[in-house]
Amino acid sequence: MKPFDLLRPSSIAKAISAKQSQVQFLAGGTNLVDLMKKHIATPDALLDVTPILSSQITGSTETLLIGAAVKNSSAAMDKLVLSSYPLIAKAILAGASPQIRNMASTAGNLLQRTRCPYFYDTTLPCNKRNPGEGCGMREGESRMGAIIGHSEHCVAVHPSDLCIALAALDAEVLYTIAGEKKPMVIPFKDFHRLPGDAPEKDNNLPQNALITGVRIPKNPFSKNYAYVKLRDRDSYAFALVSVAAALHLQGDRIVEARLASGGVAHKPWRWYQAENFLKGKIPSAEVFAEAAALAADETNPLVGNAFKKLMLKGAIEVALQNCLTA
Amino acid sequence: MEQPKISRRFFVSISAMAGAFAFIPASVKSAYISAKNLFIPQKRALPLSVSINKKLYKLQQDTRTTLLDLLREELQLTGSKKGCDHGQCGACTVHVDGERVLSCLTLAAMVQGKEVTTIEGLANGDELHPMQKAFVECDGFQCGYCTPGQIMSAVACVKEGHTGSVEEIKEFMSGNLCRCGAYNGIVKSIQQVAQ
Ligand SMILES: Cc1cc2nc3c(=O)[nH]c(=O)nc-3n(C[C@H](O)[C@H](O)[C@H](O)COP(=O)(O)OP(=O)(O)OC[C@H]3O[C@@H](n4cnc5c(N)ncnc54)[C@H](O)[C@@H]3O)c2cc1C
Ligand code: FES
Ligand code: FES
Repeated sequence: MKPFDLLRPSSIAKAISAKQSQVQFLAGGTNLVDLMKKHIATPDALLDVTPILSSQITGSTETLLIGAAVKNSSAAMDKLVLSSYPLIAKAILAGASPQIRNMASTAGNLLQRTRCPYFYDTTLPCNKRNPGEGCGMREGESRMGAIIGHSEHCVAVHPSDLCIALAALDAEVLYTIAGEKKPMVIPFKDFHRLPGDAPEKDNNLPQNALITGVRIPKNPFSKNYAYVKLRDRDSYAFALVSVAAALHLQGDRIVEARLASGGVAHKPWRWYQAENFLKGKIPSAEVFAEAAALAADETNPLVGNAFKKLMLKGAIEVALQNCLTA
Repeated sequence: MEQPKISRRFFVSISAMAGAFAFIPASVKSAYISAKNLFIPQKRALPLSVSINKKLYKLQQDTRTTLLDLLREELQLTGSKKGCDHGQCGACTVHVDGERVLSCLTLAAMVQGKEVTTIEGLANGDELHPMQKAFVECDGFQCGYCTPGQIMSAVACVKEGHTGSVEEIKEFMSGNLCRCGAYNGIVKSIQQVAQ
């Protein structure tokens, strides 16, 4: 690691006034420390923000608010999360390991960087790590790559599981930034971005902003939900394809459906066409297969990952079926 | 065989080099030192106080030191193992304030004021912890490299209550890899303690 100073700001105001491009916030460290060991992240200083950020989960009749410092494992065990927003717990528990979930924070999970092997191996070209160097995966070993929303400059995928549930539930990211008194908000669907010609940017959070929490609107999805994650081994591996699904059923019909995927794009991906198709339908294996096909047909796999399209179709069907038995 | 002797020529050349060094102007030396500082960045130290296995330590550490390196390299607590150093194997698992975490991705500075328990702190004197006993009785290890991490994780797994079924134990122990494949014995050890 490059030598760095470790600072412990005593308030949020002090933390954001000390933040610059070569100074990074430190939360659980599970991603940042790893990247520093590999000299992929080379900050001059770290600001330890865990003690000054909220580690509380609070609920009102309208929303759930998860503090930025809430550990992934605490969120997955929280009574309110389990009773009213269980998709979130399900997604968290599908990710990483118990040890890592004990360390990982809510904000850090949103900002973890891609696990694209070309990004991690500093001997290979990567536009995300070294803008202008070229994308090694695009014409290379693209098995783990994106199947939708990729660009000629980057085919990396977003790695988080929690974020897929947050995308499905229309969450919002709260942040503060120097010079702004009010807390600022970004809708989750606009938080992460597609690579375009600037793959070094993972998201639309303004530079030097500090995430303070995540807000989830009250929703009717606490009964019929599912998270399906397909990967190279059954546990402790990143997704090849994952699907968060949620249905609001009334009588024998679907009033509203949510479908989001990880492992397929540079950001958590919502399948809006399939969601619209499901609206008003009577749930059945045929209807689910048709919805899944609609999503799969939107994709545009790379040379080495055509299998993900089929995998996605199957995962959506299974997830929708599992919603009925959840 | 003849004993190697320090030759006269060797002695003369060494003294000449030492003599010459004394005559290098101070300006050249300071230029050398500042060049060295430029290319070999200085480490930055941080005071740290932490309780490890119920003993309080007051230390001065390079900010880059991970908890794992602090334990192994500075405090000679070599029970916790470095398998991957990147969060991918669980061999470095310890407890911080009673919860299992990976010491290889924890900066030492992050445990300021906290209670750390390592495999060395599990036994009560000569009396092994029940999980340690179970690992011995159920063949919970072969080479033993992953074992300290497995045991720390297993103790937490029982405490968290994730022992309802073999599947649940496997899922909640998935963060600890074992290259020898002692998994059956590990699951059995955990079942034995959970009963
Ligand atoms: C072996 C391994 C397997 C994993 N598997 C999975 C998996 O299957 N699924 C999954 O979802 N995740 C997985 N993870 C990733 C893990 O979930 C993330 O590393 C973790 O969530 C990051 O959180 P953190 O608190 O440790 O962040 P840190 O590493 O501390 O920080 C990450 C980034 O966020 C920034 N940051 C932190 N807090 C704030 C804030 N409040 N405001 C602004 N910026 C901030 C930091 O500056 C840094 O850039 C895995 C990790 C490892 C090591
Ligand atoms: S050494 Fe820490 S997880 Fe492998
Ligand atoms: S006992 Fe050898 S690695 Fe687990």
